[in-house]
Amino acid sequence: MNLTKTLMATTALGFAAGAVAAEDMANEMTIVSWGGAYSASQLNAYHKPYSENTGVTIINDESSAEAVAKIRAMNEAGNVTWDVVDVVASDAMRLCDEGLAEELDHDAVLAAAPDGTSASDDFGDLLVSDCFVPQIVYSTTFGYRTDMVGDTAPTTVCDIFDTTKYPGKRSLQKRPIDNVEWALYCDGVAKDELYDVLSTPEGVDRALAKLDTIKNDVVWWTAGAETPQLLADGEVVMGSTYNGRLFSAIAEQNQPIGMLWDMQSFDLDGWIIPAGLSPERKARALDYLKFATDTQRLADQAKYISYGPARKSSAPLVGKHETLGIDMAPHMPTDPANASNVHIYDYEWWADNRDDLDAKFQAWLAK
Amino acid sequence: MSDTTDTGPVLAADGTPLKRSLSRALRRQKMRALMLIAPLLLFVLLTFIVPIGQMLFRSVENDIVSRTLPNTVIALQDWDADSGQIPDEAIFTALAIDMQAAAEAKIHTRVGSRLNYEKPGISSLFRKAGRKAKKWDLENDGPYQEKFIKIAKGWGDPEVWRTIQTYSSKYTAGYFLNAADLQNGTEGPEWRPENEQIYITLFKRTLFMSMMITVSCIILAYPVAWILANLPSRSANLLMILVLLPFWTSLLVRTSAWKVMLQQQGVINDTLVWLGLVADDARLVMINNQFGTIVAMTHILLPFMILPMYSVMQTIQPTYLRAAKSLGATNWTAFWRVYFPQSIPGIGAGSILVFILAIGYYITPELVGGTKGVFISNRIAFHISSSLNWGLAAALGSILLVVVLILYWAYDKIVGIDNVKLG
Repeated sequence: MNLTKTLMATTALGFAAGAVAAEDMANEMTIVSWGGAYSASQLNAYHKPYSENTGVTIINDESSAEAVAKIRAMNEAGNVTWDVVDVVASDAMRLCDEGLAEELDHDAVLAAAPDGTSASDDFGDLLVSDCFVPQIVYSTTFGYRTDMVGDTAPTTVCDIFDTTKYPGKRSLQKRPIDNVEWALYCDGVAKDELYDVLSTPEGVDRALAKLDTIKNDVVWWTAGAETPQLLADGEVVMGSTYNGRLFSAIAEQNQPIGMLWDMQSFDLDGWIIPAGLSPERKARALDYLKFATDTQRLADQAKYISYGPARKSSAPLVGKHETLGIDMAPHMPTDPANASNVHIYDYEWWADNRDDLDAKFQAWLAK
Repeated sequence: MSDTTDTGPVLAADGTPLKRSLSRALRRQKMRALMLIAPLLLFVLLTFIVPIGQMLFRSVENDIVSRTLPNTVIALQDWDADSGQIPDEAIFTALAIDMQAAAEAKIHTRVGSRLNYEKPGISSLFRKAGRKAKKWDLENDGPYQEKFIKIAKGWGDPEVWRTIQTYSSKYTAGYFLNAADLQNGTEGPEWRPENEQIYITLFKRTLFMSMMITVSCIILAYPVAWILANLPSRSANLLMILVLLPFWTSLLVRTSAWKVMLQQQGVINDTLVWLGLVADDARLVMINNQFGTIVAMTHILLPFMILPMYSVMQTIQPTYLRAAKSLGATNWTAFWRVYFPQSIPGIGAGSILVFILAIGYYITPELVGGTKGVFISNRIAFHISSSLNWGLAAALGSILLVVVLILYWAYDKIVGIDNVKLG
């Protein structure tokens, strides 16, 4: 560890000369996100107005996919270079557990709703971790080729497991989360008992046995862009991915794809502040968070991408798509018509069982 | 000769014995050489060997438990895990003290995540207990056994305590056991349940597929290198650009291009269907399996095979072949007995390069490998960047390193490392 510090010190010395030149370093912050259309929506809804109001230059880093590992490495080296980081809720919990993210008092640091409702009531159940400020609700759900399903479009998630009615390949994410729940649900387990069943070894076997029935028909994906591409190529009949990806394939690229919202799996994405920032940087990061997660800003983001704002008070403010001019509300996973049957995944349960289930899932895949 | 031996040791011009003077000059030379390479040596040491050493050390390091829960670890020493009884109040009190200190330092969940690798569920036990422990008045708030079990039932499970006891030492073989599909049982290491065994399969598969990729590279690269070496230099240069072109294209682009080629609605299948060689409903499955990985990786690694072969073949004199033929050898004999043996150093160098690169690849297998075509490196990447189980990643990495070193040693014994040339 000492050696690492010496190393860091020498490297820092080397860079000191360059740092002197950048005097307004204090006026810069690095915000980490996922890139693509998602980063663009944040740029338009949050970064631009914030920079205009405060004069702070925002540097966009697109490393969210490996944020957890990088924050840990930065923390161990004692040199955290990121100010605000966009991660999914389960990663936020992981970072919080490892002491790598700042714990926040939500009511003290976030703006209240316009009608005076406190931040913690406005976000409600979505505050799943002390370190996490939710930003959007997205869902992992299914899209299908409208021209490849015959006259009867799929209506329930269990159609994924019905290879006689819908022959052809389907794409699923290469991880146990969501897939094992869908499998058990379609094997007849009641929705509120899913995690009780999964907590037993027999339950896990049962879920994998159900997945086994379609194993030969599955293309496994790891990047969110894969399913829209596979659907567009006609490689798969149906497949799961993030709802925003399907929206852009349908609305922006006019692909013959339909949405299957049944049992969509809600998940959250939001901000954390890495632990170990200097007081000034932390204060600035908090100032940014307060601005970027207020009611109007969250509603603004929905103009650019079809993810639902995490505040209840933002929902009525969601308007039309900035360039396409279509109403965004019906494309939100949180829209009542889409959310009649949703799956809400249990963060605490997955935090405990993720490693174990993953080992079993990977062993099953490799068989 | 006898004259000189009689006059004692040979002297240099300044009167010192020549032997000493020579060795001094040599030493100075060596020092100078060392000084010249010192920057590089330091660079390699600091940026390569030290970090890798540190990373590998994580595979046995385990002081987080005894550091975070010092009192509990000492108190647990005399507890008998096989008794089936949960620990007594003294141990729970020790845990309460440790838990409060750890929760204040916000490190209690870190040890929870560490132990969760060994027994699922421990992570939330620590998260829940830490939240409460911060508010305890340690002197008066006992008894703690009841309190802990009230917070979470898991604290009353002797298996949880056995896990803490087993992993309380400063160093652990746990990560290495896990990396070999083993676990710490009640009587030493035992196999993991069959539905969790994966790493040995992956190690075998990685080695097998890397060898397949190396062999297909040899087969494809040999004729290309031969043509390159025997063409006039102008056309050889042109062809060389074609060989190097893939180097300048992004790895992801090349991999995605293979997807377009190989998928069921892809270029190759479309062509075969159009030609009537394959029925429309029986399109070939060429991607998301081992075949896809081998094809894509052979293409990506091919230049690493062609280049060393080419530079070795260039040094082989065409006169040898002519001489062999003029002495009555057939084309085949001339090639096999004269040309081929001289080109072996190029094959050797290329094979080592390709094999070692292949064994550590993970992006391409992840994209085109499906379930049967992924490597052990995919799991290492997963544990580094996603599950944060760096200890296990380090153990897997160490094993891979040792396997490569053994193969290198075997290669040296069989082929001889002197027989490797880059030109």
